[in-house]
Amino acid sequence: MTTSAVRFEQVSRHFGEVKAVDQVDLEIQDGEFFSMLGPSGSGKTTCLRMIAGFDRPTRGTIHLYGQDVSDLPPYERDVNTVFQDYALFPHMTIDENIAYGLMIKGVSKPERRDRVDEMLDLVQLPGFGYRKPSQLSGGQRQRVALARALINHPKVLLLDEPLGALDLKLRQQMQVELKAIQKRVGITFIFVTHDQEEALTMSDRIAVFNLGKIEQVGTPADIYEKPATPFVAGFVGTSNLISGEVAEKLTGSRQMFSVRPEKIHLGLPTDTPGKDMLSIGGVVRDVVYLGLFTRYLVEAEGGIDLVVVEQNLKTTSMDVLTSKGQKVLLFWHKDHISRVGG
Amino acid sequence: MPSKNYGEKASLGLTLGAIGGLLFLHVPIAIIFLYSFTTDEATYSFPLPGVTTKWFGVALQRADLWAALTLSLRVAVVATIAALILGTLAAAAVYRSNFFGREAISFLLVLPIALPGIVTGIALRSAIGTMNIPFSYWTIIIGHATFCIVVVYNNVLARFRRMQGSQIEASMDLGANSFQTFRYVILPNMATALLAGGMLAFALSFDEVIVTTFTAGQQSTLPIWIFSQLVRPRDRPVTNVVASIVILITFLPIFLAQRISAQSSETEGGAK
Amino acid sequence: MLNRLSTYLYQRPKLVLGLLLGPPLIYFLVVYIGSLLALLVNSFFRLEEFTGLVVREFTLEQYAKLFTSTNLGIFGRTAGMAIAVTIADGIIAFPLAYYIARFASPRMKTYLYIAVTIPLWSSYLVRVYAWKLILAKEGIVSWFFNLFGLQFVLDGILSIPGIGGSSLSLSPIGMFITFCYIWLPYMIVPIQTALERVPKSLLEASSDLGANAAQTFRNVILPLSFPGVVAGSIFTFSLTLGDFIIPQVLGNSRFFIGQAVYSYQGTAGNIPLAAAFTMGPIVIMIAYLLIARKMGAFDAL
Repeated sequence: MTTSAVRFEQVSRHFGEVKAVDQVDLEIQDGEFFSMLGPSGSGKTTCLRMIAGFDRPTRGTIHLYGQDVSDLPPYERDVNTVFQDYALFPHMTIDENIAYGLMIKGVSKPERRDRVDEMLDLVQLPGFGYRKPSQLSGGQRQRVALARALINHPKVLLLDEPLGALDLKLRQQMQVELKAIQKRVGITFIFVTHDQEEALTMSDRIAVFNLGKIEQVGTPADIYEKPATPFVAGFVGTSNLISGEVAEKLTGSRQMFSVRPEKIHLGLPTDTPGKDMLSIGGVVRDVVYLGLFTRYLVEAEGGIDLVVVEQNLKTTSMDVLTSKGQKVLLFWHKDHISRVGG
Repeated sequence: MPSKNYGEKASLGLTLGAIGGLLFLHVPIAIIFLYSFTTDEATYSFPLPGVTTKWFGVALQRADLWAALTLSLRVAVVATIAALILGTLAAAAVYRSNFFGREAISFLLVLPIALPGIVTGIALRSAIGTMNIPFSYWTIIIGHATFCIVVVYNNVLARFRRMQGSQIEASMDLGANSFQTFRYVILPNMATALLAGGMLAFALSFDEVIVTTFTAGQQSTLPIWIFSQLVRPRDRPVTNVVASIVILITFLPIFLAQRISAQSSETEGGAK
Repeated sequence: MLNRLSTYLYQRPKLVLGLLLGPPLIYFLVVYIGSLLALLVNSFFRLEEFTGLVVREFTLEQYAKLFTSTNLGIFGRTAGMAIAVTIADGIIAFPLAYYIARFASPRMKTYLYIAVTIPLWSSYLVRVYAWKLILAKEGIVSWFFNLFGLQFVLDGILSIPGIGGSSLSLSPIGMFITFCYIWLPYMIVPIQTALERVPKSLLEASSDLGANAAQTFRNVILPLSFPGVVAGSIFTFSLTLGDFIIPQVLGNSRFFIGQAVYSYQGTAGNIPLAAAFTMGPIVIMIAYLLIARKMGAFDAL
């Protein structure tokens, strides 16, 4: 059996009455790009801080490559962090910031020089070393923070919403770069974010957090296609949740399931869905034209509202808007539903 | 330099009021300098009957003045050091943990300057009397430290709170232990706050008279020397010179401290 | 070695808190709180007339003495002066604070701020001395009145019973001017701070709604900056209440609280009476602070 990079065993962290993290079990594999996804206050950042050593579990243990680190201070863990606010030292130059870890370790000056230059190249900031953090843009500080952490060759790199402060375009560019850097250095990356799209784009696996617990762990495709709980279905993308009598009529079970809006076909009442398709009739109540696609709100039989999204392949805005009030038949493949418990 | 009000001008009345306020604050200080050159020994007559620099020479020869000055400097230096240590410790404790009674600590430290100075003075005097402690150099220092601590505390705590981001965590994350983090990250960040707080504490101590009257016994600091001259003027010209010198000695550290604070856009410590 | 010590401490945050907080807290509890307790205890003792020694027996004798007409007069006089100084300083401070907060450029603001705070921190005694010079019978103010042939005005003011005296430098009015001067910066700084916090959009909204400058000032700026005035008044009031230097240097034989305390403990060596006397300003200040807190003044500090 291979040792995992990070292992949580029944980890809880309470702040007074608040259970920020509640009995979490988790394993992260060596070399993974692993994301912790969840709304703010869901416990993802507290988990990250406990891996780094800034916070200690109230109960349970945390292992790094087989070693119990629950009580070790941050400076005795082979883990480095890229902070949300970057936390660059304002009184030091970029060079001194990046070389900080090496300086503490007592690495000789010439070697520090070489490795800092190497890092500046890696993050595409060659020649910036003499500047102060205040002279850099947000995106550049972000890269320096990354270089400062990576220069120590940690076994695990923790990233706490590192792209949160960047504008959309820069963020998308950094997502690609981060992923590329991770491939190159081969270090385990643990990435905290509340942005589901970011998590889906970058990760090998994702853990979805809610209220101090992990709702689901899986690959991006797993999480999206087969959400395990109503929360995951709703937090990652949008979902139609169907339960009760309508569910029973469609699937033979009253258990709740989810189906993604883009999996549903919008047909005429006269259409005959093929084999393995589930179908339900309804009336279009609202139409929102969004350019790339159109979103329909359909009141289906049994009084439930379903959201359907269709790409605007042939239609124009005029066409779709006239569909309001029309009777329709909704159908989707039975494999495209996911049981979400209940 | 664009004004905050985009070209909107202050009315004439307001400008005059502001200028009047400033003059009221500073002209009297200028007058003291003027008087240190007077030839008038017996009264405070104006216009000055004549101008001389001889009183500076006379003041330099006075052994009692030198003794008072030395005592004041020794007290101020030690009180400042004590305030730096105790004030910084208290600020660090309040900053790093959210313990029960945190508000009470801040309140307690501010008390010596929020209550009239005479309260601190007579309280210390009562304790000294009750416990039969002889007056000494140290009773003065203990008195001064009580109101100097809060100055350092305010400055350092404000700086802690202004410290950008998670620098302490970042340092430990990068392998530095608590002592290395203190040496390489906390101290450089705090340096100017300590300097500013220390200089203000120094000026405050050097200048203090109310509390000192109660804790000094027969000893004479420079402010006490001046006070006795104010009540019973014997050496008017020398007093003028001493007053000018005191202004010069306290002006520089305060000016520098305020510049430092202004640069780090802090306005804390405005309360004595 | 240091690493191990650091780790040892890291695992014991409460010990670290104790080590940090311990020295300042112990110092304060022992020296300051201890002294305040000694003060309280002493106020219940009495002085043996013949030996001049403090008798450590519980008595309310000292507090009873506070209610003689002389001593009530002292309290009333001091409180009256403190109120007058506070009001005058509020009026003098406002234009300057307002100018600094709203009209000075950022660079100018820094220099004006320093110009206000330097007198706050420095040379209290020397600045009192300056007024001794200025207000002296033969000093600048008299010269100035003479210059314009207005000597009779000055004489008229000095002959008013209650506030006059033989010269400005030996009269309540001289004390009043000096008190105003000395504590003025303590009023300017909090008012300025409060004014800085009034968002510009509110002033725009007010004028947008049809108020002229004076109406905006009265209805928006003044109410919103009032906590700053109250905060400043805590200082001007408290400092005036406890001061004994200015009454001693510029006053006459009619005592103020600070002088009474100073002279009882000094020449008479009567610490119990001085201690009981000090309870006066303490009680007044606590009441004042409670009212001020209700008015939101602590946010403006």
